[in-house]
Amino acid sequence: MKIVATKSQKTKISMSGAAALVNCLIREGVETLFGYPGGAIMPVYDALFDQKEKIKHIMTRHEQGATHAAQGFARVSGKVGVCLATSGPGATNLITGLADAQLDSTPLVCITGQVPGKMIGSDAFQETDIVSISMAVTKWNIQVTKAKDIPAAVAKAFYIARSGKPGPVLVDITKDAQFEKAEFENYETCDQIRSYVPNPKLNEEALDQAAALINSARKPLILFGHGVLLSNAKKEFEDFVEKTGIPAAWTIMGLSALPTSHPLNVGMLGMHGNYAPNILTNECDVLIAVGMRFDDRVTGDVSRYAKQAKVIHLEIDPAEINKNVEADVPVLGNCKESLKALLDKVNENQHDQWLARFNELNAQEDEKVIKDELNPRADEPMSMGEVIKHISHISRGNAIIVTDVGQHQMVAQRYYEYANWKSNVTSGGLGTMGFALPAAIGAKFAAPHRQVIAVIGDGGFQMTIQELGVIFETKVDVKILLLNNEYLGMVRQWQDMFFEKRYSSVDMVNPDFQMIAKGYGIESEKVTEREKLEDSIHSFLSHEGSCLLEVMVGKENNIFPMIPTGASVSEIRLE
Amino acid sequence: MKEQFTISIYTENLIGILHRVTTIFTRRHINIESITASESEVKDIHRYTLVVSSTEDQIKKIVKQIEKQVDVFKAFYHKNDGIVYQEMALYKMPTKLLSQTKEVEYIVRKHHARLLAVEPDFTIIEKTGFKEETQELFEQLKPHGILEFVRSGRISISKPMKEFQEYFTEVEEASRL
Repeated sequence: MKIVATKSQKTKISMSGAAALVNCLIREGVETLFGYPGGAIMPVYDALFDQKEKIKHIMTRHEQGATHAAQGFARVSGKVGVCLATSGPGATNLITGLADAQLDSTPLVCITGQVPGKMIGSDAFQETDIVSISMAVTKWNIQVTKAKDIPAAVAKAFYIARSGKPGPVLVDITKDAQFEKAEFENYETCDQIRSYVPNPKLNEEALDQAAALINSARKPLILFGHGVLLSNAKKEFEDFVEKTGIPAAWTIMGLSALPTSHPLNVGMLGMHGNYAPNILTNECDVLIAVGMRFDDRVTGDVSRYAKQAKVIHLEIDPAEINKNVEADVPVLGNCKESLKALLDKVNENQHDQWLARFNELNAQEDEKVIKDELNPRADEPMSMGEVIKHISHISRGNAIIVTDVGQHQMVAQRYYEYANWKSNVTSGGLGTMGFALPAAIGAKFAAPHRQVIAVIGDGGFQMTIQELGVIFETKVDVKILLLNNEYLGMVRQWQDMFFEKRYSSVDMVNPDFQMIAKGYGIESEKVTEREKLEDSIHSFLSHEGSCLLEVMVGKENNIFPMIPTGASVSEIRLE
Repeated sequence: MKEQFTISIYTENLIGILHRVTTIFTRRHINIESITASESEVKDIHRYTLVVSSTEDQIKKIVKQIEKQVDVFKAFYHKNDGIVYQEMALYKMPTKLLSQTKEVEYIVRKHHARLLAVEPDFTIIEKTGFKEETQELFEQLKPHGILEFVRSGRISISKPMKEFQEYFTEVEEASRL
């Protein structure tokens, strides 16, 4: 049963809805998908059995793992990540991943099985109204109850997921529609929906206004986010930064869009970002936000955010304009196109004096925070920073770093020196603990020839630890760096700073992670002494196949700088 | 400052869009005071009219969030002085009340209401107007014994606005870019 399709040749072929779905996925270029079988999606799994050579199905150990794996896959490959789940609990287990993908604009298509159409609404076994449940965390969703409607729904789903501001889409298919036989014509992809404008047309006047502001600015600052990566604006962005000579700071979703070592890369914005870009946000005269959405973790108190600056906002989504920060010049459109158009209009420039201010403040941060974090005294416990320093040095900044959520996340992003494009995969908007292990698995399937390192805390590791089963089964080469401080470190830090050290439920009573790894056939090492750290990292990174390196780090280390909640970015604390 | 706004939304005629739209208000703790949904002047395109109270700044953001939904063509918001609007109310009363006393008939005439149905047991009175007017009639009829009362959501037409057809063409063209 094959559909060989060309637009000129209309072939009608009879097959089940499930087989049609699998054919649609193949036509959309899906080669790897992640999922978990169950009663209501069994016809699709049966159809997948026939297409094993074309589509590789990775069975995660939980549906949440499938969504995060698909996210990791999408973020690294630039393609749509695809998940399968059954009805009811299978479908509801996707919700965290959908919400994560929604906030981080990650293209996903999740296909869920549903109880047969005639049973919908009867509280049937494993029935949930997943379309209603997922509405708030999807860019679009649909329920399909007839086999003949499957190809159009799938085509629309892929188009919506990957176009404009990407996002997650859910297609719920009733079991009878999966079984039902229908006549299918050649699959046609979707490239237009009459009510949907994914790429707003560039406005020449706005571009001129933006260029005029940029050309006359004395203290301009670029803030770059995920939009640069999503629009594949690597060259355009670098050219723009270099031509204008403007210092550029990143949100965690924008990290790796510009090499960390680039002379105009001035570091990380926001709550645990670098001192200089935060302080100088409230001193710049023109703020150029490129593909970022002024998240509260970036802005701090928005009423005291960059009030002195003229704001230029390059953004694909009209709903983001003026949502959190008023833009003086909104430049609607795909970042790649906007940057390309702006490049012709901006002057070559240098801002040496202004850059010197960053260097001055960087030196203060280095003195007060970075030096000690990366080079603790011999009598101090190992710091997360020094571990990341070695990882960065030994991997030469070439790895894809997949981080979980917490202190280690902030440290990895601050201190890993990213040399390559699209090398940072993290849960930025939702802050999902448990993200990294499955996302790293997805990232490795997307980029088998690159080194993938999952950096995880002891808390987050245990949230999706069952996904070690995927590594065990598939032998996927994911290096797992476990930074263990036996605490929920970030929560403990807040309790330390803002709750009078009342450490409520943050102590982690951890299992023997080596024994767990062994149970899954994964080699591991535990480092408790600094003397062994560097050598252990060398063997960890050069090990053939997946392995776990557990490093015991200082229990009560805090991550600085920090902007306390509700404070202004210029109130960032170095200690 | 909170004010009353009327939001008109043009959407595809598909299952679930109303849910997507109303969720946008729920999430921001904005109560929908009334809602009317029907076919619009353009075939296969539906129009929702919602009345809410909020600040203009919030409404502007909400309208963008509504337009962001894939199956929504366009959304507009207006203050009350920018639209012509009406609501309809129906009042069910015992027929014997109307036959036994002139008082109810007098009230109905005074309010320019009309009798929609007269059955042996009940009579249905209809009144179209602003909420204050239909409420006023309700208050006056109430002492005489109202069996049932219902008021529709607002329907409205804006004063200064391009025809939706024009926007529709623009959106269709933009989606093809």
